[in-house]
This record gives sequence, C-alpha cells and structure tokens, in this order.
Amino acid sequence: MNIIETYEAEEIARLTAARGVPEFGPGDTLRVSVKVVEGERSRVQAFEGVCIARSNKGLNSNFTVRKISYGEGVERVFPLYAPTIAEIFVVRRGDVRRAKLYYLRGRSGKSARIAEKARPFDTVSA
Amino acid sequence: MRTGLIAKKLGMTRLFKEDGTHVPVTVLHLDKVQVVAARTLEKDGYTAVQLGWGTAKVKNVTNPVKGQYAAAKIEPKMKLVEFPVAADALLEVGATLSAEHFVVGQKVDVCGTTKGKGFQGGMKRWNFAGLEASHGVSVSHRSLGSTGNRQDPGKTFKNKKMAGHMGQDRVTTLNVEIAAVDAARGLVFIKGAVPGSAGTYILVRDAIKIARPDTAPYPAGLVG
Repeated sequence: MNIIETYEAEEIARLTAARGVPEFGPGDTLRVSVKVVEGERSRVQAFEGVCIARSNKGLNSNFTVRKISYGEGVERVFPLYAPTIAEIFVVRRGDVRRAKLYYLRGRSGKSARIAEKARPFDTVSA
Repeated sequence: MRTGLIAKKLGMTRLFKEDGTHVPVTVLHLDKVQVVAARTLEKDGYTAVQLGWGTAKVKNVTNPVKGQYAAAKIEPKMKLVEFPVAADALLEVGATLSAEHFVVGQKVDVCGTTKGKGFQGGMKRWNFAGLEASHGVSVSHRSLGSTGNRQDPGKTFKNKKMAGHMGQDRVTTLNVEIAAVDAARGLVFIKGAVPGSAGTYILVRDAIKIARPDTAPYPAGLVG
C-alpha cells in the first residue's frame, strides 16, 4: 500500500470505530440520523428514504438517499464515513436488479414502489 | 527568512475533522529532507541552504556530485534545491527537516510544475471567447479572431496571445493553508490543490504576503 492508501485505511478504521457502517445496497430503505448544529446546540435529524445509489471509492465512498417530501422528490448524497452521520439504520431490504435506481426519479406513486426482498437478512444497525 | 521545504506530491485525499466538516487536501511527502550544503556570506556572498530529498542510487549519481555528497557526509539525494535564508536561519549541514517546520493553519506558498497540456488553441490557453456559433461563422468557431491592425503597424505585435504550448510551467500558488501535519510519516497536508501531477517535486515556503505565525519554529523545524 502506498502512503495515501495507508492513511485512508486508517481513517476508515478510525471513523468506523466511532460509528459502524451496516451492510446495505441500492433499493434498501434507510433512516440516516444526521447531526445538525443550530447555533449553540446540536440535535439529530432523521432522513428516511430509499438508497438509490452507492459509490464505493474507499474513504470517499458515498450513497444517495431519495425520499418524497411533501410531494416533492428530495435526494441527498451522504459521505459514507462522515462524522456528521450519527447512525445509518436499514429499515427495509429492497429487491432490485440494478445498481443505480435513477429510474425512480421519473416515477411516482405505485410504479415507484420497490418489492421487499423475499429472504431478508437480519436487519442490522450499527 | 526561514528555509522552505522540498516535498513530493503524492496525490489528494480528504480529512474528516472533529466538527464534522471535511477538507480536500493534497498530500506532500518529506522523505529524509536534509541540508546538503550551506551558502555563507564569507564564502559565497549570500546565505542559503541547499536541501536534498529522498535517496538516490549511487550508480545514478555523477562523480562530481558524488564528491559533494562525500564532502558533506550525506547519502546521495534524488533532488536538490536551494532556498535563500536569513543569516540567522542558516542550518547545519546534515540536519534533517521535519514536517513540523510548518504549523496547522499557517499560510504557505507552493511552487510546482503544472501538468503539460500540449499544443492548445486560444480558447483553452487564454480563455478567448472564440467566434459565434452561428450568424454566418463557418469553420472557424474556435479561432482567435484578429491578431493585428492594417498597413499601420503592418505587423502582429510580439507577445500576442495565440495558440501554442500550454502547461508544464513553473507556477507558484500563494497563501494556501496547511491543513494538517504528520511528523512521524513526514507528511504535510495542504488544503486544496497544488500545481503539478502526483510524483512531482513541490517547493513549500512561508507565505511572503502573510506573516509567519509565532508558533512556527525558527530557524527551522528539525527532526530530533
């Protein structure tokens, strides 16, 4: 490993020790608890929606969560190892055949549903 | 004036800070950066230190240069650079510089050789607007336009911005911030980008336009 890879591996180890990363993929419904700082105090805000994409690139990995908020589609990209995320909780496992679910952007209502995985593995949160 | 440092650019990564923010950083590597020679007022008429980076194979070093290393009792270096310093900031030959020469938050100037872009047109090289997409323009949408006047002066002036070789220039970026320092591994993390591709040598100096913080070691941050 070169120096940057070593550094990134250490950073991943340090950041996952603080908050583990559960196993999840596109199609899964996630509840992401985000630390929000408002002036002096900080609180935890939940963002719940479908994971429509994951980008795996070591320390720079991120994932996209899409939800419908007051009839408007909202997408948020989270860095996987960001210390601002308090927790990633997998609410539901989705059964999908694609790695990127961008087709959901053009759909709403019934056609935007994702079937639940027939053989769900243990719902894990870390 | 303190000495600068010579480092190798390793590439870029990101730092996650305690408060949750993250900073894109360029990683610079100091590998056995030693003082190879000192220029003194009595002998050379000016004061400077010559720094060397890394270790070169002895077979790749020419005999005259080998003699200089032998006189300094230092292993051959991959790269040599001279930094002018104040008379009271001269360093002993053989001293090894540490990444703690710079302190976190300090502003520095970095100097490197930009990536070569080859032969480029005026639009990319000089940000010319080019010609219009329509309104009768044919074939020459990315051309320079006019390069001169008429019979008077009857020539194109020298230094007219035109197409040509772009990149691979020595460029100094001023006032970039030191984001972190890892003395154990000899790493300096600089916020943002640094000119040049990974694997090239970069010169890092105290910013000339912003005062050096008092916490920075003077005359230099040395190992041991």
